[in-house]
Amino acid sequence: MLTKAFLLYILNINSIGGKNLEIIIKNSSERPIYEQIYVQIKDMILTGVLSEGDMLPSIRGLAKDLRISVITTKRAYDELERDGFVNTVAGKGCFVAGTNRELIREENLKKIEVHMNEIRKLAKSCGITGETLIEMFRLLESEE
Amino acid sequence: MYAIEMNHVKKTYGAFAMNDLNLVLPMGCIMGLVGENGAGKTTAIELLMHAVKKEEGDIKILGVDNESTDFLQVKEEVGVVLDEPYFPEVLNAVNVNSIMKRTYKNWKEEEFFAYVEKFHIDKKKKFKDYSKGMKMKLSIAAALSHNPKLLILDEATSGLDPIAREELLDLFNEFTREEDHSVLISSHIISDLEKICDYVAFLHRGTLKFCEEKDMLHEIYGILHVGMKEAEDIPKEAVIGVRDNGYSREMLVKRDLMPKGFEVERAGIEDIILYMAKEGA
Repeated sequence: MLTKAFLLYILNINSIGGKNLEIIIKNSSERPIYEQIYVQIKDMILTGVLSEGDMLPSIRGLAKDLRISVITTKRAYDELERDGFVNTVAGKGCFVAGTNRELIREENLKKIEVHMNEIRKLAKSCGITGETLIEMFRLLESEE
Repeated sequence: MYAIEMNHVKKTYGAFAMNDLNLVLPMGCIMGLVGENGAGKTTAIELLMHAVKKEEGDIKILGVDNESTDFLQVKEEVGVVLDEPYFPEVLNAVNVNSIMKRTYKNWKEEEFFAYVEKFHIDKKKKFKDYSKGMKMKLSIAAALSHNPKLLILDEATSGLDPIAREELLDLFNEFTREEDHSVLISSHIISDLEKICDYVAFLHRGTLKFCEEKDMLHEIYGILHVGMKEAEDIPKEAVIGVRDNGYSREMLVKRDLMPKGFEVERAGIEDIILYMAKEGA
C-alpha cells in the first residue's frame, strides 16, 4: 500500500518533469502576476500539456523558484481551484482536476461562431470580401 | 500563526513619536520595511527584540509575548543582523564560532563554516581587517547558523555591491522555502525588496503609512501622465500625489477610483513611497 502510494508520487513528479512545465513571468506586463500564472497553467491543462492527476509544484516551491511572492502564487492556485481546474489534497499537494476538455472546446467553438457572425455582418455592411478577411486574419496571426 | 505581531505599540523619544504601530508578519513570508532615515525602522526592530521598552501595546514574536519569560527561548530561534556589525575587532571567524557555540543551543558549526566558505571569508583574518561587505556577511552567516525561524535584518544589504546583494537575496529567498521561516528586512534599496518580499511596510515619521502585499500595491496604485487640462477631469479622491513639470502632470492614482479611458501605467514601489512621503510632508 505504502509502496504504491510512493510510486504514484514518483510517477507524478516524472510526468511533470517530463512535460517540461514552462511558466514565464513578465514583470513589465500590465497583467497581474497571479493572472499570468493562472492563464499559463490553465492553458497547459486545456491543451493537454498537463493531464488529470498531474501534480503541480507546491505553492511555496513555485514561488521561490520563480522568485515571486508566495501570496501571489497562492492566489493563482486558489483561482485555478475555484474554477475547477485543480484540486488541493490537504497535506499532499495540488493536482490537475478532470476537466472536461471536450466541453470547454465546444463552448469556445460556440463563442467563436458568435464572433464570426458579427464579423460577417460588419464585413457585409461595408463590402469587405471573405478573401480580405482571411488576409486580415493571417496578418494578425503572423504578428503574434 | 504570525511570526511578528505588533499591536498598538507606542514609543516616544523627545520629538520622535511612534504612535499606534500595528504590524503583522504572517509565518512563511518576507516583509520589507522601508522609510526615510529616522522614520523609526530601527526603533521598530529594537522594540521587537525588547532592546528598548515600549510604552504601550503588545508585541509577540513567533507567538510569544516579548516581555514574558518564555521570550528567552524564542530568542534562540531569531537571527538578528543589525546595520552595524558588532563582533569584537580582534576575533576571526574561528573565534566567532567558538563563542557562538557556547551561546546558542542550536549552533550548527558545519553550517557556519559552510557559509564562511561560501562568502569567501578568510577564517584567519581578524574582524577589524574585514571590508564592510565581509563584516555584514559574517553577521549574516552567524544569524543563519543557529537554526532560526525568523530573520530580522536591519539594513543588511546596504553598503554591499549588487552582486553580493543578489547573493544574499537568494539566500533569504531560499531560507523561506521552509513554511515556518519568515524574514523581516529593512532597507533603503527598494529594488532589493521588490525582488524578494511578499509584503511591504512603509514607515514615515513614526507612522505606518501602509503594510500591503507587494503585488497588491501594483494593482491598487498606478502612475498617470496627463496634460494640465485633462488633469481637471480626474476625481480628487483618486489622486494620491502630484508632480508638475511645467508641460504636463504626473500623478499617483488609485486605479479603482479612476474614470475609464485613462491610460494608467504601472507604479513601482519607489514611486508609491516617494509620492506618499511628499504628500504627507
